[in-house]
Amino acid sequence: MDYFLTEDQLMIQDLARQIAEEKVLPVRAELDEKEEFPRDLMKHFAEADLFRLNIPEAYDGMGLGGFEHALAVEQVSRVCCGVACTYAASGLGAYPLLLFGSEDQKKKYLPQIADGKLGAFALTESTAGSDAGGIQTRAVLEGDEYVLNGTKQWITNAGEADIYSVIALTDPSRGPRGASFFIVEKGDPGFSFGKREKKMGIRCSATGELIFNNCRLPSDRLLSKEGLGFIIAMRTFDKSRPGVGAQAVGLAQGALEAAVDYARTRVQFGHPIISFQAIQHMLADMAASVEAARALVYAVARFIDSGAKEVSKVSAMAKVFPSDVAMKVTTDAVQIFGGSGYMRDYPVEKMMRDAKILQIYEGTNQIQRNVIGQELHKEFGRRSRKK
Amino acid sequence: MKIIVCIKQVPDTKNVRLDPATNTLKREGVESMVNPFDLYAMETALRLKDQFGGTVTALTMGPPQAESALREMVEYGVDETALLSDRAFAGADTWATSYTLAKGVKKLGGFDLIVCGKQAVDGDTAQVGPGLAEQLDIPYVCFVRRLIEVDHQTRRMVVERLMDDGSEVVEIPLPALITVVKEINEPRVPSLRGKMKAKKIAVPVYGLQDLAADPDRVGLAGSPTQVVQVFAPQPRGTRVRLDGRPEEQAERLIEALKKDKVLTIGAE
Amino acid sequence: MSLLIDSDLCTGCGACVEACPFGAVEIIGETAQANEKCNLCGACVEACPVEAISIDKKEAKADDGYQGVWVFAEQRRGRLAGVSFELLGEGRRLADKLGVSLSAVLFGHRVREEAGRLFAYGADRVYLADDPSLDAFTDDLYGGLLTALIRERRPEIVLCGATSLGRSFFPKAANALNTGLTADCTGLDIREADRLLLQTRPAFGGNIMATILCPNRRPQMATVRPKVMRPGPCREGRTGELVEVEPSRPGLVPKTRFIEFIEDLSEKVHLAEADIIVAGGRGLGSAKGFDLLRELAELLGGALGASRGAVDAEWISYAHQVGQTGKTVSPKLYIACGISGAVQHLVGMQSADVIVAVNNDPGAPIFDVADYGLVGDLYEIIPAVINQLQR
Repeated sequence: MDYFLTEDQLMIQDLARQIAEEKVLPVRAELDEKEEFPRDLMKHFAEADLFRLNIPEAYDGMGLGGFEHALAVEQVSRVCCGVACTYAASGLGAYPLLLFGSEDQKKKYLPQIADGKLGAFALTESTAGSDAGGIQTRAVLEGDEYVLNGTKQWITNAGEADIYSVIALTDPSRGPRGASFFIVEKGDPGFSFGKREKKMGIRCSATGELIFNNCRLPSDRLLSKEGLGFIIAMRTFDKSRPGVGAQAVGLAQGALEAAVDYARTRVQFGHPIISFQAIQHMLADMAASVEAARALVYAVARFIDSGAKEVSKVSAMAKVFPSDVAMKVTTDAVQIFGGSGYMRDYPVEKMMRDAKILQIYEGTNQIQRNVIGQELHKEFGRRSRKK
Repeated sequence: MKIIVCIKQVPDTKNVRLDPATNTLKREGVESMVNPFDLYAMETALRLKDQFGGTVTALTMGPPQAESALREMVEYGVDETALLSDRAFAGADTWATSYTLAKGVKKLGGFDLIVCGKQAVDGDTAQVGPGLAEQLDIPYVCFVRRLIEVDHQTRRMVVERLMDDGSEVVEIPLPALITVVKEINEPRVPSLRGKMKAKKIAVPVYGLQDLAADPDRVGLAGSPTQVVQVFAPQPRGTRVRLDGRPEEQAERLIEALKKDKVLTIGAE
Repeated sequence: MSLLIDSDLCTGCGACVEACPFGAVEIIGETAQANEKCNLCGACVEACPVEAISIDKKEAKADDGYQGVWVFAEQRRGRLAGVSFELLGEGRRLADKLGVSLSAVLFGHRVREEAGRLFAYGADRVYLADDPSLDAFTDDLYGGLLTALIRERRPEIVLCGATSLGRSFFPKAANALNTGLTADCTGLDIREADRLLLQTRPAFGGNIMATILCPNRRPQMATVRPKVMRPGPCREGRTGELVEVEPSRPGLVPKTRFIEFIEDLSEKVHLAEADIIVAGGRGLGSAKGFDLLRELAELLGGALGASRGAVDAEWISYAHQVGQTGKTVSPKLYIACGISGAVQHLVGMQSADVIVAVNNDPGAPIFDVADYGLVGDLYEIIPAVINQLQR
């Protein structure tokens, strides 16, 4: 298949693939086994300029878009979803700054991120998963400082990132208009990290608590205006969802390749198992769904990069469909490997464990379906009014 | 610091075979790559540049296609390149190569350090490094596994070189040449900005005239040694399979090795 | 020197094109022509059915007054290295074929006693430079002094071991003398017709063997792979001529300064000197695998080797790496455990006398070069071997 990528896009894809195969592949099993954060790998990614992709040139970036970022994420995810998640989550943390940061804030933080200082995005709390409005972390203005109190849960890159985009309630009485985003730096007074979670998959990724205990921030750490918190979050997710889709496509692709390879060499009943129709049909369905998922992610990423305004519906599609595909494809891959697939000596059981989170984080697939349903409702509503 | 890295583009040797029937080199699908040891040389140079500032220039002698190896160096952060290429240079053995490279180095102007990989994986001689140093009349150390101290002000370097029975710490003055082994570092990854620069950069090419080289000392004419025959090595391995339970396998193996007289203990 | 193709005799049959290993001959129009890839190996000369091809040899008065075979006797901290005896054995054979004398060159400090052993192993003459300045090996002094000595005495052949030391300084001397040097030879012989040294060595990582000549320059110099040649018999009491060599020479100023030697204490037997090597690869699964192999190596009095995969995984240090980007070894016995046998590894060990492969993958390429292949779990087989050896 040819996706008609430009020379520069091909270059990004090739480089990401080269680094994934040369540097990530040899250590992925060990990182998973030991739940070890891929610090050295992130250094290599930074050296390779992979954190510069979608940061504007004025801030030391390469001024490219979400599509190029997705290309890189996909290649890394094909080799290890956990490493890809670490990389992509940094981009997620950068989006609020990219979209709503002031000139001074952008000048201060974006070059650091482009250089490879990791970012993180902090919304989830114990009372606020899908119900984002349930957050309780408070930010109170005292003089020219904001004081934050509360705990964030299950934050990717917790403790490893230097720059955190954190949403907190500045005015509880205003409901959805009462939240605001802040930039918090590792080392800010009153900001610490809680326990690191033990997970089913993406085990090398650092997932943990952020604890704000009278954390004092200068007032210039407020992103944009008070009350825009949820809007910033929604816009961020609109942009970032294809990235999750890319993670899913890469992961599914890796699983598919492993399965085909295995099916060609594993001999039972005197034949390689790929010669049995049952296996062939499974592989065929897997391959077709991966291709469809990829086409969807690419189309949506390009559409978003074009500057389109109404992107929520397709952005949600670019997350929900590929992540469901990845879960199915990785599960089928384990099935094709048979008993071997269950063994940690082979790469597919990790891929299956890794896939599950893609259906859950950055908006569960149920929430995504809500978004798509509501958008359809609105769209058709507009159309009927026009008639 | 002004550092020159000498590299060589080599065939991907795992694919080069002699067809035993016709005694010809089978070249289908043989790709080219930068000699693996040279990447470590490049990384050594780049780290010194990171530390002291300056420039790193990649230099190679080869056919026109060797240009792609030089561009690859730029992807990693090398600043400049130079290709020494001329029909007259073809067929060179290690001495003609050393002579030509020396002319190239002189053309490039002054330098503080030349870094080479230990050897090229096609020729496997490890001679060009020392030969080049001799041609330039500068001191050299081979098989460097660690840079202990580099003092740009006092113009001296302390390095550790790998010997067969351990290693030796040696001090040399600059300008000098070192050849490096893999252990010295881990090469970085190429960068996107490097790749973009590599696409655009112009690679200067110098021929016989440009270097004012003596035609009797380059290429085949300048090579004191010549190949008179190539042949496929004897296929080795009697390929006896020792099967059975581990205890049986062990027993059979020990018996066979005693018979072959390679086992030194327990043998009569 | 150039390739001459007589276009009148040439029929354009293309036999030369077929015969050329380098793709250096092409039929252009109706006759053959050589391009820049030609290195005068002569394969086409032999193949041409009408003898249209010849090599134009310039007349060379190369061997005026050059006579004798020399070997460089390497010593490390006062003791002669094993390769020195191998060189004497081979050197004696070549010298006898040529009907000339065999000399050994020995540099060092307080090494005078070792000269006696050189005579015992076949040297007719020993050039000895015994001086504090030569105590530690430096390329400057060893290379410069050897160069001066060769210029003074004019041997026709000089051999040295292809050890780290030899491969480091020998090229300096050869280059200074403007003569040819062939590296890492595994075979040497004399061509009867013209008394030239035929130097055979592996190239392209050992996939190809090449035989090389140095027809027009003297001396003909070569480094020889350790553990391939045989030492000659030892004749106690045999003596010869001891020539004291003045270690200082005008212009011989050392620029490198030796500071200290760091011994590799981790292993009792070093890879380069070992007759038996037990090597481990990725198949070991973890660094602990090397504990098991070390046990076997010590029992056999051998050294520990490793594939690149094991070194990259940081299970063992790079000094143990065997292969294309590691060391080349030539032991009597090489036991490869959990090593798949990628070409880059084979390159470093396939000249071992006997290769044993232990691997649980029957399709592993290592079995293609092994003399004895044991398919199975090395964690069962190796303990069984250790067990039985201990009895």
